[in-house]
Amino acid sequence: MTTGLTDDSVIRFARGVRLQHDRVRERWIIQAPERAFIPDPIAAEVLKLVDGTRTLGQIVAELATRFAAPVDVIGHDVHVMVSDLITRQVLVA
Amino acid sequence: MTETILSPMSLLAELTHRCPLQCPYCSNPIALEPRRNELSTQEWISVLDQASEMGVLQVHFSGGEPMSRPDLPELVRHAVGLGLYTNLITSGVLLNEKTFPALVAAGLDHVQLSFQDVDTANAEHVGGMKGAQARKMEAARLVVADGMPLTLNFVIYRENADRVPQMLDAAVEMGARRVEIAHTQYYGWGLANRAALMPTARQLEQTTQAVEAAREKYAGRLTIDYVTPDYYADRPKPCMGGWGRRFINISPSGRVLPCHAAETIPNVAFPDVRHDTLAHIWRDSPLFTMFRGTDWMPQPCRGCDQREKDWGGCRCQALALAGDAAATDPVCSRAPDHERVVRVLETLPVEPPPFRYRRYARATDEVG
Repeated sequence: MTTGLTDDSVIRFARGVRLQHDRVRERWIIQAPERAFIPDPIAAEVLKLVDGTRTLGQIVAELATRFAAPVDVIGHDVHVMVSDLITRQVLVA
Repeated sequence: MTETILSPMSLLAELTHRCPLQCPYCSNPIALEPRRNELSTQEWISVLDQASEMGVLQVHFSGGEPMSRPDLPELVRHAVGLGLYTNLITSGVLLNEKTFPALVAAGLDHVQLSFQDVDTANAEHVGGMKGAQARKMEAARLVVADGMPLTLNFVIYRENADRVPQMLDAAVEMGARRVEIAHTQYYGWGLANRAALMPTARQLEQTTQAVEAAREKYAGRLTIDYVTPDYYADRPKPCMGGWGRRFINISPSGRVLPCHAAETIPNVAFPDVRHDTLAHIWRDSPLFTMFRGTDWMPQPCRGCDQREKDWGGCRCQALALAGDAAATDPVCSRAPDHERVVRVLETLPVEPPPFRYRRYARATDEVG
């Protein structure tokens, strides 16, 4: 499922899955079929950049700038996270 | 009260008890609500507004068959406008190319479609409706063709338990993203038909193996939710994630319940949205406070290290099996009444008796 994920892959949410702000509990949640996940703070930052037009590389670059961190370190972590979320049918590439 | 009152996460909106099917394991109460008592569109809209305000994130439109209500698209649209995640729990027999587009246009997020079996003859025997299987297949096709995520729900019972591997393959063939392999839960009609429905220990073991094999085979393509019949377990399920902690059920006539079987609980008033606000009912009504948290618990729950994990199990099951809703769920091997569960399993008939089908008591109620 995760083969072929590259910096050029455009990342989007699977149909029926979205990131949403829960105003009552003041936190981000992933709304999905018959369940809601709570993303950790880093995952929430990644998912906020998933808009169906940005590539994985662009998402990594934005995060690297925002958090003043090396691209290769962030890139590895984001790759692993996105692969996992694809396996869990949250994201598609 | 020492209990923290959380905001509810999930609302099960039982729009109607009317349904073209008559499944003998239906979770609806034995006394089905007639159409004339159902909440109006405006009343449901008020329920959705209040639920959203309280922090509900997902609304599950259910029944009976929720597509029996012509205002379903309007209710979905309203829920979507509030930011609620909308799920339709349907038999699919009324979902067709005439009715589905309005739900898509309303912004429906997800469909959960029930199948009684993969074997058409048995499925239609159990559902009590000729031609239902073809309609369900067409419903699945329409949902998948639209791109909307689809979950198939198979309720498992003695007659179909051996076909779980085929059910899982069928889910993939139909393009479902999720499948629920859900052993019957013994409430309402399911409890009335327990002797006919309860699988054997060997069947349970085989279904568990089939699920594990399919999880490996279809990893990343199919999510499998597996629900076991807890009669065979040593520890009870954390029913509803705890009484009055996460979940609200609203019956067709507007009764507000901590779970869909709670109308069996004796000696307590059932609050309803025609006479009180949802927030007040959730926070303060005797029905919601009576088993919230751990203060109500008897021994052995009170001193048990699992008390905030399983919340004492299921209150309706304690009532059904021990005759006392405030007892430890007899499924628990530490419960004083555990022997009753063992006896049910030991005295299962060799030949399952005929079903008692889910039907309105026709002498008093129209089907609508």
